[in-house]
Amino acid sequence: MSKVLNDRKYADSHEWVKLEGDVATIGISDYAQHALGNIVYVDMPEEGDEVTQGDDFGAVESVKAASDLISPVSGEVIEANQELEEKPELLNEDPYNNWIIKVKISDPSELDNLMDAEAYNKFTEN
Amino acid sequence: MPHSEEDIRLMMEKIGVSSLSDLYSDVPGEVILKRDYNLPSAMSEIELRKHFKELGSKNSPMIIFGGMGVYDHYSPSVISHLLSRSEFYTAYTPYQPEISQGTLQYIFEYQSMISELTGLDATNASMYDGATAAAEVMFMMVASSKKKDRVLISSTLLDNVRKVIETYAKYHGVKVTIVPEKDGVTDLESIYSELAKNDVAGVILPTPNKYGIIEDFTGVADKVHENKSLFGIYADPSTLAVLRSPAEWGADVACGDGQSLGMPLSFGGPYLGYISCNKSMLRKMPGRVVGATKDIDGKRGFVLTLQAREQHIRREKATSNICSNQSLMALYATVYLSLMGREGLKEVNKLSCDGAHYLYNKLIETGKFHPVYDKPFLKEFVVSTDLNMEKVNKALMSHGIMGGIVLENGNVAFAVTEKRSKEEIDKLIELMLEV
Amino acid sequence: MVNYDKIIFELSAPGRKGYSLPSDNYHTDGFKDIPSDLLRKQEADLPEVNELDVVRHYTNLSNKNFGVDTGFYPLGSCTMKYNPKINEELCSLPEFTSLHPLQDENSVQGALELYWNLQKMLSEIAGLEEFTLNPYAGAHGELTGLLVMKKYHESRGDFKRTKVIVPDSAHGTNPASAMVAGFEVVEVKSKPNGSIDVEDLKPLLDDTVAGIMMTNPNTLGMFETEIVEIAKLVHDAGGLLYYDGANLNPLLGKVRPGDMGFDIMHINLHKTFSTPHGGGGPGSGPVGVASHLTKHLPNPRVVKDENDKFHILSDNKDTLGNISSFMGNFGVMMRAYAYILSLGKENIKNVGPLSTLNANYIKESLKDDFLLPIEGVCKHEFVFDGLKDKSTGVTTLNVAKRLLDYGFHAPTIYFPLLFHESMMIEPTETESKDTLDRFIEVMHKIAEEAREMPEVVKDAPVNTIVRKLDETTAAKNPILKYKDLTEV
Repeated sequence: MSKVLNDRKYADSHEWVKLEGDVATIGISDYAQHALGNIVYVDMPEEGDEVTQGDDFGAVESVKAASDLISPVSGEVIEANQELEEKPELLNEDPYNNWIIKVKISDPSELDNLMDAEAYNKFTEN
Repeated sequence: MPHSEEDIRLMMEKIGVSSLSDLYSDVPGEVILKRDYNLPSAMSEIELRKHFKELGSKNSPMIIFGGMGVYDHYSPSVISHLLSRSEFYTAYTPYQPEISQGTLQYIFEYQSMISELTGLDATNASMYDGATAAAEVMFMMVASSKKKDRVLISSTLLDNVRKVIETYAKYHGVKVTIVPEKDGVTDLESIYSELAKNDVAGVILPTPNKYGIIEDFTGVADKVHENKSLFGIYADPSTLAVLRSPAEWGADVACGDGQSLGMPLSFGGPYLGYISCNKSMLRKMPGRVVGATKDIDGKRGFVLTLQAREQHIRREKATSNICSNQSLMALYATVYLSLMGREGLKEVNKLSCDGAHYLYNKLIETGKFHPVYDKPFLKEFVVSTDLNMEKVNKALMSHGIMGGIVLENGNVAFAVTEKRSKEEIDKLIELMLEV
Repeated sequence: MVNYDKIIFELSAPGRKGYSLPSDNYHTDGFKDIPSDLLRKQEADLPEVNELDVVRHYTNLSNKNFGVDTGFYPLGSCTMKYNPKINEELCSLPEFTSLHPLQDENSVQGALELYWNLQKMLSEIAGLEEFTLNPYAGAHGELTGLLVMKKYHESRGDFKRTKVIVPDSAHGTNPASAMVAGFEVVEVKSKPNGSIDVEDLKPLLDDTVAGIMMTNPNTLGMFETEIVEIAKLVHDAGGLLYYDGANLNPLLGKVRPGDMGFDIMHINLHKTFSTPHGGGGPGSGPVGVASHLTKHLPNPRVVKDENDKFHILSDNKDTLGNISSFMGNFGVMMRAYAYILSLGKENIKNVGPLSTLNANYIKESLKDDFLLPIEGVCKHEFVFDGLKDKSTGVTTLNVAKRLLDYGFHAPTIYFPLLFHESMMIEPTETESKDTLDRFIEVMHKIAEEAREMPEVVKDAPVNTIVRKLDETTAAKNPILKYKDLTEV
């Protein structure tokens, strides 16, 4: 069974989001990294790009799979995790401490559309 | 067909059917073909040879002075011998790397050599032809820029390449602007004013261009990059042994047709398209790519890599539908470049360049041909003429010579390769003046 | 020889020479008329190798390859049939290979006649009105065919048809081609046997649908028995039917796509018509269309006039445009033409039935050890869902790699995606019963090894020139050229 943390929310496309003030930190879940296998590349947006809830903002690639990253929130990208450019495998090693982007959110109520840990846990078990 | 009647009987018994038609019992009767095809009867090898000989006799191979993107360079004998190794040509795409190291390694060598010529970081394992490669480069530019959806191409790009780009663009939904030419070369000022509109994903410019002119791209890369656009060069790879490389011009991506690397003219195909690009565009590059790696015993080996961006995985999210390559033609280019090497390819260019200039000067001396552009060229050039070229070319044809290609505006484009001797050039001029 | 491990650049030394060119009797300084700014500063570092070493190098590389001429190649969906040698010889006749594509058409009448004849033969075999031979490959044919579809609707002033329906079991190229053609992709579900679910299709068919892409037999090698109804439904909704010719082989002699109601199709000459795969290409993907669509075919095209003279025309006003530099891979067409003539109408009709016989024979012989998810007669190929006994953890990948140890190419694996352990086997009609029997014997042996000494299968391959390769590192830090290797 994959790990789910209680301090954040989850999208059905397996991204997590953690809100601090109006800054949302976004990454992929343990379930997602496990399903993908060895991650070899992360395609990330640039600082200043706009992201929209439900739209893709990048992709993660393993050797023989690629998965779009779907933004769980809307807003402006304020930082992309440059460390992943050299070491995409960090997402396999510790998906919850290694985030992908930070977004200054435009609508906090969007988080209500996401799952909490308990709901996500159930979701991935099905 | 390898089976005897007895083989077929035993096999049907195993399957549990009593006739071969039973294997189609699930097919609705109304769509079953109830007659033989209306096709010729089977030919033995002897008859087949005769038939091909007869068809061949209706063709006239020529001493060629035409180019327009297809050049009659010499193909060393070694190449066809190595290409006829059936371990190469009867193999499929190297999906099982453990038993496909031959294909994978020559593709790696091909990528290495083309990258040397273009000076760019990475080359894919080949495209269908130059035109489709250029169309794919247009897609790469749009995919890389995300927000911009217009690509500029020069009107000095070969017409058949431009037409294919336009077809791909029109249906896919990319805007293409044809930038005008001035004195036979791209009007760079027009490029700069289009760039200022801030919706240009990339610019594709040719050198040598459709008139054979070597274009000068001084300053282009800076202007394109200032505008956060991408710079692509369409170049004949053979000429890159001597001409300033796409990397030296500051290009992000290069493409073109590899036919000039000694490939037979073959009435238009198979040829080979190439794409080279900088690292930043690598993941937007379509097609197969081979990478070096190691096996579990630490031995060097090669694999298809970066596959996750390809159509069989990304489906409608891929940037291209390309799923094959022109592997055997890539082998052609690889063996050719191995044989010619660093010096040979320069020599090919020198002989072609000298021959072309010799012909050019002689033509102008006749007084019947006149300069059109005062621009540097390598192996192909355009002149105007007082002669009736239709008549001239007809007469040349009867002497087994393909003369210059007549352009829409009546000017004539001649190409000369290392295969043309001084005597052949003199003969060409003599025959043209006789008409 | 097996241990040969040099890269061509490693044979290079300055001054070695593998070419011979005419002596330079122009006596110029070279390139003097070209401004030095336009010349290369840094030389291209191409290898310098003598001729014999080049010959040995590539001969050694060929020994590291597996082709149809090496052994059985049951690669599902790829139709790896024998490539007749006479075709290779005929296609290299200089009367054809030395023709420039822009030569006067009077000087290439033989080539045009061959071209035109092949167009007609393919039309007869497909049951369609006219073919273009311009597309270079299957995927290129798909794109061309879809553009015909788009142009057809647009020419009727119908711009709403923006969607193409693709079965969820289809190969990824179908949706990718639809995307390149500027269509939106809509998936239709498959039933457990891989056939299109007609009930799922019906609600999708409205006036925004341009058409549907199908293979028949489908990806699982099963004939789409409801094809006539599907064709009627799609046509009634104003859409067109596209036939992906990837699975045409079993239909040769039995069923013509046009007769099933398809309007557009491509043929892979490198599958059905025996032209070599060349390690991935060059192929050829001619596109055929029904009579109401011929005016949309790409330029240029070859026609015959009343005096039996052939012409290259680019005058189709309603054409979709140009999709190739010239007129496709002529060298490949020559081989396909020779193939059709060698078989003739007497033998070509047996291609479909015998390829189907071979596939069913393997299927019936192996279904005791391998899991057959769909019973019944298949066509030219079928899919196993891995080993029947999965208790020892031996996967389809393991079985595939073990086959390499026994001198066979592996089947297509993990496609289609309908099953977790897909193993897609297509023997083609050119394989003898003895070859099939040897393959069956080896597959049984691997199944036995999987039960009794699974580690042996999991460690495979062991007899190959290289063993399992590290694909993760290759994708993470791509080394794509010789200099990347030496500069690390």
